[in-house]
Amino acid sequence: MSLSLADVEKVARLARLAMSDEELKAAQTQLNNIFGLIAEMQAVDTQGISPMSHAQDVAQRLREDKVTESNQREAFQAIAPQVEQGLYLVPQVIE
Amino acid sequence: MIHSSLAQLGAALRAKKISSVELTQTYLDRITRLNAQLNAFITLNPEASLAQARAADARLAAGTADALTGIPVAQKDIFCAKGWLTTCGSKMLHNFVSPYDAHVISQFNNAGAVNLGKTNMDEFAMGSSNETSHYGPVKNPWDTARVPGGSSGGTAAAVAARLCAAATGTDTGGSIRQPAALCGISGLKPTYGVCSRYGMIAFASSLDQAGPMGRNAEDLALMLNVMAGFDERDSTSLQRDKEDYTRDLNKPLTGLRIGLPKEFFAEGMGADVAKAVEDAIAEYKKLGAVIVDISLPNSKLSVPVYYVLAPAEASSNLSRFDGVRYGYRAPEYSDLADMYEKSRAQGFGAEVKRRIMIGTYVLSHGYYDAYYLQAQKIRRLIAQDFTEAYKQCDVIMGPTSPSTAFKLGEKGDDPVQMYLSDIYTIAVNLAGLPGMSIPCGFGANDMPVGLQIIGNYFDEARMLNVAHQYQLATDWHNRAPQGL
Repeated sequence: MSLSLADVEKVARLARLAMSDEELKAAQTQLNNIFGLIAEMQAVDTQGISPMSHAQDVAQRLREDKVTESNQREAFQAIAPQVEQGLYLVPQVIE
Repeated sequence: MIHSSLAQLGAALRAKKISSVELTQTYLDRITRLNAQLNAFITLNPEASLAQARAADARLAAGTADALTGIPVAQKDIFCAKGWLTTCGSKMLHNFVSPYDAHVISQFNNAGAVNLGKTNMDEFAMGSSNETSHYGPVKNPWDTARVPGGSSGGTAAAVAARLCAAATGTDTGGSIRQPAALCGISGLKPTYGVCSRYGMIAFASSLDQAGPMGRNAEDLALMLNVMAGFDERDSTSLQRDKEDYTRDLNKPLTGLRIGLPKEFFAEGMGADVAKAVEDAIAEYKKLGAVIVDISLPNSKLSVPVYYVLAPAEASSNLSRFDGVRYGYRAPEYSDLADMYEKSRAQGFGAEVKRRIMIGTYVLSHGYYDAYYLQAQKIRRLIAQDFTEAYKQCDVIMGPTSPSTAFKLGEKGDDPVQMYLSDIYTIAVNLAGLPGMSIPCGFGANDMPVGLQIIGNYFDEARMLNVAHQYQLATDWHNRAPQGL
């Protein structure tokens, strides 16, 4: 299989990456080369094999439902691009 | 002093032959003199380092010092350190002064170690040559026209050039072992889950693992004693009893069974690398080890499996960089979506964008089973190969990297060529096993070669023993680049 320019454009949009026409074309070539490398995987018979995400197959730990974090709003907002009155500012989304 | 081991430095500090302030200043002076050539550090903060050194000297005077108290350790710029610029090699975080400490950083702080500075790295740890760093490539101290490897290349170069006593790295697909090999130093990636990932900027969460990089196995053991440990803030951190990783260093290797996977000694490995690795195996036989031929039949699938899983997890992890709460925001935009798209397009470099796109595609509707799920299933097959192999051997050995350090720019714009340089290291991350690289000679152009030692789960102490005994019999690890 290979990715069309429209596929690459769709992926860039899903990934929230602005890309020029030239960048999309370059990405198309490189992604198709990489998917050429990945294609080797498809021929492997994995019937009956369970997927692996953690080597130790540990279960998710549970903890008591209680507050563990203190309020650090000022420290966190000191490094934000734009804040006002303790709120993060973004372009208006609702009229 | 700059060629001393951590144990020697610790002894000198405790005997008051040198103070931590003097030692820290010695390294800071070396960095000032040599960093322009090597670009190993992104951020220095001499005031903060010297303040920690003074506190360490007080602790040394009070007689409450630990093994690493007062020792200057450089930190890969992937670890959040409170009050320190933490960039992860990216323009996206060019202004991110971390409001908190990673668990690994707080472990070093508790031990009284001095944070000497933040080392350069491939952007978000995505790279094998350090050429993807927004802050410019790191140069290999053995030949500054060559790469140091990646992604922990700044750390590897700093240790090799004696710009720090030891340093930290992280390893998702070989990022500790490959630069250690290419710079002629020692590095260890522990079993997945041994060191907490809290505050370590995430790349591929099911593979990322922190580990020590230093000049010899004994130093790595002392570093790992500080770095390892359970942390409830990392959901994959393993609850285990505290270990002393130095405990087995002096055991003899008589009867040690070394597995040599036939797949690692097939085509693809440079003749110079093969020669150095074979000589190392011969040395191990002299030390009493026996050789067992083994096979890891699915290891050839590691690279394709990795380049599905790692980008998929990265695309999810890196969605947090949106120009809203911290990091880079584009100067001009028309609306919210435009702000996201421009901030990310301008803040991320080419390789990071490429991997986000691969990951976004393989996780997108209709492709999940064919890519991500299939890759996770083959991952189990790769791990099972190791489980089978460890029925016949105690450790596995082979090359760390197929070649010695290549020239800057040599692999150019072909990502696939770059990806293949991690062919021997990736399977270890997929299986979640511990792996290390130690210097075992020199290849073409007098560049260092690394021997990879792969252990069974939680066998770090044995691997360090295996490496230490070799380092008692050889002196490759004591060689240092000339002219620095």
